[in-house]
Amino acid sequence: MAIAAVFRTCPDTGLKVHSHAENLIKANAVVAVIFLAVGGFFGLLVALTRWPAVHLLPADAFYLVLTAHGANVLLFWILFFEVAVLYFASAILLNSRLAMPKVAWGSFVLMIIGAVIANVAVLQGESSVMFTSYPPLKAVPHFYLGLILFAVGMLGAVLVFFATLVIAKDEKTYEGSVPLVTFGAITAAIIAVFTLASGAVILIPTWLWSMDLISEVDPIIYKVIWWGFGHSSQQVNVAVQVAIWYAIAAMVLGAKPLSEKVSRAAFLLYIVFLQLASAHHLLVEPGISSNWKVFNTSYAFYLAVLGSMIHGMSIPGAIEAAQRRRGLTQGIFEWLRKAPWDNPAFSGMFLSLILFGFLGGITGVVMGTEQINLIIHNTMYVPGHFHATVVAGTTLAFMAITYLLIPLIFRRELVFKRLAKWQPYLFGIGAAGISLFMMGAGTLGVPRRHWDITFTDAPLTVEMPGTAFLMMGLNGVFAILAAIGGLAYIVVVVGSVFFGKHRDEAVAKANPVIFDGGEAVTQYGSEGTIRIPGTIVLVAIFFTSFVLYYFVNWKYLSEVWPLR
Amino acid sequence: MAIHPPADRIWWNEKLTAPEVIWISVAFVWGLIMFFAMIYWHAVGDQNLSNEAYKISPEVFAERTEAMVEKYKVREEGDTGIPVVRPPAGSDIYMLGRLWEWWPILELEKGQQYRLHLSSMDWQHGFSLQPANINLQIHAGYEMVITITPSETGEYSVVCNEYCGIGHHTMVGRIYVVDKKK
Ligand code: HEM
Ligand SMILES: [Cu+2]
Ligand SMILES: [Cu+2]
Repeated sequence: MAIAAVFRTCPDTGLKVHSHAENLIKANAVVAVIFLAVGGFFGLLVALTRWPAVHLLPADAFYLVLTAHGANVLLFWILFFEVAVLYFASAILLNSRLAMPKVAWGSFVLMIIGAVIANVAVLQGESSVMFTSYPPLKAVPHFYLGLILFAVGMLGAVLVFFATLVIAKDEKTYEGSVPLVTFGAITAAIIAVFTLASGAVILIPTWLWSMDLISEVDPIIYKVIWWGFGHSSQQVNVAVQVAIWYAIAAMVLGAKPLSEKVSRAAFLLYIVFLQLASAHHLLVEPGISSNWKVFNTSYAFYLAVLGSMIHGMSIPGAIEAAQRRRGLTQGIFEWLRKAPWDNPAFSGMFLSLILFGFLGGITGVVMGTEQINLIIHNTMYVPGHFHATVVAGTTLAFMAITYLLIPLIFRRELVFKRLAKWQPYLFGIGAAGISLFMMGAGTLGVPRRHWDITFTDAPLTVEMPGTAFLMMGLNGVFAILAAIGGLAYIVVVVGSVFFGKHRDEAVAKANPVIFDGGEAVTQYGSEGTIRIPGTIVLVAIFFTSFVLYYFVNWKYLSEVWPLR
Repeated sequence: MAIHPPADRIWWNEKLTAPEVIWISVAFVWGLIMFFAMIYWHAVGDQNLSNEAYKISPEVFAERTEAMVEKYKVREEGDTGIPVVRPPAGSDIYMLGRLWEWWPILELEKGQQYRLHLSSMDWQHGFSLQPANINLQIHAGYEMVITITPSETGEYSVVCNEYCGIGHHTMVGRIYVVDKKK
């Protein structure tokens, strides 16, 4: 392609930065943030409606806004941001030009068109089918068309990513193996191809069906394939988010993975077992055998979960090792106490790691257990769980890395530094709160996607326990906190991108973003003598909670009506 | 660092440290335990989904449900006109989901087994039995059959917890569990 590559040299890293890569990262990240703002606002409206004492929206508006919330945050915010991360992890980290910039821009435009069309369809009001759009519920044809265009655009971006890897290798822009962060991004991209293909395979016939060109879409087959897209894309999110954890630990603290081998093997486990997860959504469906459910819901023998548990040790371990190298060796936790808690990139990353592991990971495995799903399926527990993974985990990780992308890629200093410092805590605590209270409400039987748990308009009375109402009220309170945290993020990002001080070389020198602790920290590897007792304690606490919570849920299950 | 190519070019020969080896082993074994727990529960647990399901047309399912109602109706619920049905213990019982109700109301005896048939007449619905908190996904065209044993007397609600259009939050049903007639 005949676009001349224009480069600058990054004053922080010495890496060459390709202008197209840089501009595409900016464009995708900015659009992502817009969708987060829109989708997050819808989320707040949803939460305020589900707060029984507030009950903000009327029923039809509630279901419409809920559909818009799911699509804008889960699909558009996350995937636009992931495109930015993919370009960063390929062109920037590999010191290379970005392949096929025209395709990359074309994909970007296509994704925007798709996202806008889908939003228009939802806001027109005839497509309140939730973002999962299970048939036989039918949306207007352009709802599906928008999603298809979006997926095709995303596929284009993934292609550009792979082509960039090839170019970088050909042009020998780096030596040896790709960095671990890039490796994580490759994992994500491979899974994304499978994911997007599944999406196309099911959404295209559904689109034809919505135009009456096909008479029927089997609802169970739809779910099997749709969740091949819907759940596997969560695997993409996990891979990207873990890569970001590693990236932030490296950039802020100079942390080196304890073992490249272990971390890379853990990523590989994600790829090998990616296709199985749609079972999580089909555990109480008729006509699917238990053999299939048991094997698939556990990713064979929980091997993808094993991957995450490995990262759960190697990331805090890498941080601890780096901190100890630097002399923070007192007791078990000095390294953690004296971590840069006022750097939002670090605090966001660490909160994301903890909340994802403790709240999202454990509950995901528990509710994905074939029989335990019986007491959880489609209750509020489900959105509780995935707000821990995808909001407290993924979204917070994306927010955290933004605080590094702004100086490095947008070349601006952060504005409102105090606000930025508090932002991860506001958002993290808010997100943790909504997760916990939605899960609590779910264990009490509160249904998800439901406008009125007082059942005022129902022909028969239904009494939900008082604590369920309390939980939904607390969910509303923490939703406000999360929304304030989200707003703070948007204010800081928009403020910095448009009004932040230009970060020329002098500013960059005076105020470095990338940790420069010399060889000592970065050279530390697993073969060294440094012990990581703090990490071992953290992992032990995690494991104990996991085991206890797991068996408690079997106990709950054993108390419900016998059925077979 | 994780953002640079590995300093050690032959990283795949690095030795693992003891904590890594231990944690990977523990996590692996834990995965096996969780996997076999599901199989174990199939063998000894009391709460398992049958794999019994049939393809069935909504019309046929409705006919069977109506036949049961005709045969075993004992009263109507208040002034709602909804039939309350008390089929004999051990029999096949039916509940259908449609926009927007679970129909009919069943009256069952505590401690007795029933073969419960569930299906939808139209869209997907969620059969959510409260406060027992048993949740099943119900499709049109598929008949799910499970054998239940109500273990506590009382008034149970069936709530729909799969979004099924604008009346979703009004879609409810009921099951009474009563003591065995002397
Ligand atoms: C201010 C922040 C947020 C608040 C207060 C919030 C709140 C909620 C609430 C109350 C629900 C409805 C649950 C129900 O009625 O079934 C919901 C659904 C959902 N949320 Fe959020 N959320 C927020 C941010 C996010 C983000 C950042 C994501 C994704 C990255 C996300 C993804 C979803 C999804 C996928 C659903 C399910 C929609 C459906 O059932 O179709 N949320 N959210
Ligand atoms: Cu329903
Ligand atoms: Cu419903």
